[in-house]
Amino acid sequence: MIGYIFRRILAVVPVMLIVAVFVFLLLRLTPGDPAAILAGDAATPAQLERIRTSLGLNEPIYVQFTTWVDQLMHGNLGISLISNTPVAQMIGQRIWPTINIAILTIILSVAIAVPMGVVAAWRHRTWVDYAVMSFSVLGFSVPVFVIGYVLIKFFSIDLRWLPVQGYTPPSQDFGKFLSRAILPCLTLATIYVALIARMTRASLLEVLGEDYIRTARAKGVKERVVLFRHALSNAAVPILTIIGTGFALLIGGVVVTESVFNIPGVGRLTVDAILARDYPVIQGIILLMSGTYVFINLLIDLSYSFFDPRIRY
Amino acid sequence: MTAAPQPVSGMQTVLGMLSMPKGLRLGVGPTIAAIVLAIIVIASIAAPLYIPHDPLAIDALHRLKGSSEAYLLGTDAYGRDVFSRVMMGGRVSLFIGVGAAMVSVALGLFIGLVSGFFRAADALVMRIMDSLMAIPSILLAIALVALNGPSLWSVISAITIPEIPRVVRLVRSVVLSVREEPYVEAAIALGSSMPKILWQHLMPNTLAPLIVQGTYICASAILVEAILSFLGAGVSTEIPTWGNIMAEGRLYFQIKPMLIFWPGLMLSLCILSINLLGDTARDLLDPRLKKREA
Amino acid sequence: MEFKSRDFAGAPTLLSIENLSVRLAGNRDARPILDDVSLTIRSGETACLVGESGSGKSVTSLATMGLLPKGVLEVSGGRIVLQDKNLLDLGPQAMRDMRASHLSMVFQEPMTALNPVIRVGAQIEEVLDAHVRLPKHEKRRRVLDILDQVHLPEVERIYASYPHQLSGGQRQRIMIAMALILEPQLLIADEPTTALDVTTQKQILSLIAELQEKHGTAVLFITHDMGVVAEIADTVHVMKHGRIVEQASSGDLLRTPREDYTRSLLRAVPSLVPRPPRADAGSEPVLQVEGLMKYYGRGGWFVSREPTKAARDVSFAISRGRTLGIVGESGSGKSTVARCIMRLIDPTDGSIKVGDTEISTLSRQKLRPHRRHIQIVFQDPFRSLNPRWTIGQSLMEGPLNFGQARGEAMARARELLALVGLPEDAIDRYPHQFSGGQRQRIAIARAIAMEPDVLVADEAVSALDVSVQAQVLDLLDELQRKLGIAILFITHDLRVAAQICDEVVVMQKGRIVEHDTAANVLGNPRNAYTRSLIEAAPGRGWDFANFRALPSASVEKTDLQVPTE
Repeated sequence: MIGYIFRRILAVVPVMLIVAVFVFLLLRLTPGDPAAILAGDAATPAQLERIRTSLGLNEPIYVQFTTWVDQLMHGNLGISLISNTPVAQMIGQRIWPTINIAILTIILSVAIAVPMGVVAAWRHRTWVDYAVMSFSVLGFSVPVFVIGYVLIKFFSIDLRWLPVQGYTPPSQDFGKFLSRAILPCLTLATIYVALIARMTRASLLEVLGEDYIRTARAKGVKERVVLFRHALSNAAVPILTIIGTGFALLIGGVVVTESVFNIPGVGRLTVDAILARDYPVIQGIILLMSGTYVFINLLIDLSYSFFDPRIRY
Repeated sequence: MTAAPQPVSGMQTVLGMLSMPKGLRLGVGPTIAAIVLAIIVIASIAAPLYIPHDPLAIDALHRLKGSSEAYLLGTDAYGRDVFSRVMMGGRVSLFIGVGAAMVSVALGLFIGLVSGFFRAADALVMRIMDSLMAIPSILLAIALVALNGPSLWSVISAITIPEIPRVVRLVRSVVLSVREEPYVEAAIALGSSMPKILWQHLMPNTLAPLIVQGTYICASAILVEAILSFLGAGVSTEIPTWGNIMAEGRLYFQIKPMLIFWPGLMLSLCILSINLLGDTARDLLDPRLKKREA
Repeated sequence: MEFKSRDFAGAPTLLSIENLSVRLAGNRDARPILDDVSLTIRSGETACLVGESGSGKSVTSLATMGLLPKGVLEVSGGRIVLQDKNLLDLGPQAMRDMRASHLSMVFQEPMTALNPVIRVGAQIEEVLDAHVRLPKHEKRRRVLDILDQVHLPEVERIYASYPHQLSGGQRQRIMIAMALILEPQLLIADEPTTALDVTTQKQILSLIAELQEKHGTAVLFITHDMGVVAEIADTVHVMKHGRIVEQASSGDLLRTPREDYTRSLLRAVPSLVPRPPRADAGSEPVLQVEGLMKYYGRGGWFVSREPTKAARDVSFAISRGRTLGIVGESGSGKSTVARCIMRLIDPTDGSIKVGDTEISTLSRQKLRPHRRHIQIVFQDPFRSLNPRWTIGQSLMEGPLNFGQARGEAMARARELLALVGLPEDAIDRYPHQFSGGQRQRIAIARAIAMEPDVLVADEAVSALDVSVQAQVLDLLDELQRKLGIAILFITHDLRVAAQICDEVVVMQKGRIVEHDTAANVLGNPRNAYTRSLIEAAPGRGWDFANFRALPSASVEKTDLQVPTE
């Protein structure tokens, strides 16, 4: 078991290394002078030179790479081209709203989606199933920001139940945090719920066709037991997997949602960086988010052995 | 389970290629989806023939007007006709969707077939694909557009690159399972060369799942284009796309929500129809589902 | 040979199925799946339901359990009466209460019939939870007791094991324990030993018989194997196309079958008595295997584990026109040997000579020209042909690879179809339009198209019904006589081996334990393992095709000259 955990963790290293190489090459392999692209058309030679020095573009490429990796190892994600502050520090100031919103969204999504999927599979081909599937397709089809604006229009502008935009840290006033976070979370949750509900339903339907389900029925156990004890426990691994891979969608959604709801998180930082062409910031955020994604999926991977005794070696 | 001999028509051969059940019947939902999608596609392609205004013409006198006879859906902040812009915007959005789907399916098919068969290449290719998938696709697309400029092709490639690993994984999983089939082993024994086996025995098995995956990619590409534009990392703002129109409408959301509503509605209807058709195709083509129904 | 055929004239009727009909759900016009099936089982009786695939035997058992797949099959008429209660009238809850307590079921596939994520002890306890109220320690005691009754070792350890930690035979014992813990009056066993090796099959059959005796349970045993019928049945019901065609006590049925269908079924059962020896031309061997080794999994970077030795020092040779059988149970390495010889996998060590060419060390590229000399037919007829290709395309694949012109290859394909007994118009059809037996003929034709010197048949008739099996064996024999091919015949079935092999190699755990003429191996086995295999073959004392007992000499003694037919 320890060996298994060790090997799983070790397998993460090459993935993160390739991510780093990829992000590194993204800028260097861009056709044309990267400094000119980042500085924009109206840049003076002095500005270009400043960008080149800041990103180390004058060095040979392997020197650039080793310096860059060395900096990464020390938690140095580079310096912003605009504000001249370290990227790690900028992210650090903005990370908490994003983490809070993300955690709330994941809890909300799993709590809504798994029961939805279970009911749909259990009542396969009834109106409940069709309703869940319709919601799921809809969730995939409407852009996040449209959902956000529709929710604002309805709950905040028309009904005036909730504030339009903004953010309050939970440590300051938890009630206020909730009232301001609930719409962004619902917005973000839509696609995530659609994804998880769909996967829950599909894997349950698959498991319900297995031989051991027939065995359970032959024993005379109740349908409730068949569904939850026998079927859901076997469908757990694919459901967990989709929660992990769906995290990438969540990150994309965060960027959009934070700008719709004016939340001062990493997502807003990303949008500001895009508009200012502040590439070191974009690069730092990509590395951080990819790392988080890999870490979450590692945890999920390790949790498989808890749900399925066959995965243990 | 002996089936009586049946005449074989060309159509049946094609259906056989896709292992599609005979006597294909669409349900109500998919039929509506197909009709809606057909209308949107035709209306977008034919847009230059009937739109009343130049979608780029600025008219300072008619800014943010409501709908009228001259301006069916009103005008935007620059006095441009929203109806003309939305219809023309569909052309670009659909082009990006179809383009991204075709490019990612083609490249993914190639990489997947090669890595599925040559074990030496497989490990490296799959590590690279895993790493690409670890980068959240929106962020990767943002970085690509930020570096390559806001051209149409740079947006298409920014949407395509994150999709490729998913296609590769799909193709590879099909190749790996079909490679174990006795008829492939028989082909090896019959002295067929690897490229021939790949192309004649393995590739046809990937077509059905790729058609399904392609429709999903098409839908998601249209969606991602809108998000990129919304974030300011999309196609140049001079070109009307559904995403661009909505991005510009953001500022006036509180006073004129229809600027977001109309392109948003077209976009959602379009993606919804494509997704529904994708689901239908999957239900028809997925052999596992079929087995359960049989 | 003695049959059970106990007399149940005085015993009370336990289950009676009366005029049962089952059809596809919502389809009134299609031919019914079960048509007017009636049978009775008396207390303590063992009734066998036999028939070929698609005859409706499993549907009958599922209908009785109330487990027909919902929305796919439905009962359209008749009654199923268990102790004066019509099961078809019961509601879902009442039917649930009946299951496991009054009637229970054991399925064919022990590997998939148990829930992989729940410990087996808990899975058995679930039966108690569903039907009786017992304190925790009492439940545990009863589970351990039934585990002991099905003769599982170390019941405490088994109790806490997951299914994947147990062998197929052990899992089937768990299934039986689960079915019998509440001592139901009726046990339905749906091909419970078909997925198991013969020696395990024998143990499971005697276990069922023992528990049946002990608890007075009646058994409805579904099987396709007449050997099993001869071993265990009191009464036999023969099914065909959803109807019962003959019902009799096992002795009567096997001695004096009344219906033509029953007679043809029995005639098709291959005899355990080997074919008469054929003269060995003494020609040069066309396939020579020397010291073949195949090891799997020597571990990776971080784990070093003992490699699995799938084949160890395997040597044999076949000459033109002869058939060598490799016999063994699952995991014996017989298929590994076949796949090594075909170079579908690479041997770890050893020599494989086809004609004069050493092929074990050739690169894939260099090997290709030599492939035509050695061809293979696989077990599963439904996966051996590319479903997207016409039969013609499949038959032409090999010849086209070796530079034959398209027109010529097409003409040859037509000839081959005639040779394997299929109509010429089959050439433009697709595999799904043919039955399993027909597809296996096509696969043989595809192999023969290469004019090989050696044909490897890897369990080539194992997936077929006995009647079809006999036809395909005849075809192989005929082709061998016409073309002089050497055949390497891999099988787990001693009866089949007896019918077609000149020589037999017995494999166990990757090693050859016995290699001799078929007559010697089957008639006078020297190795203990070979003997145990033969002893485990069900119905070995009966000559099914001739409706009579085998002279006991031929079972026990060396000298076997009894002709088959």
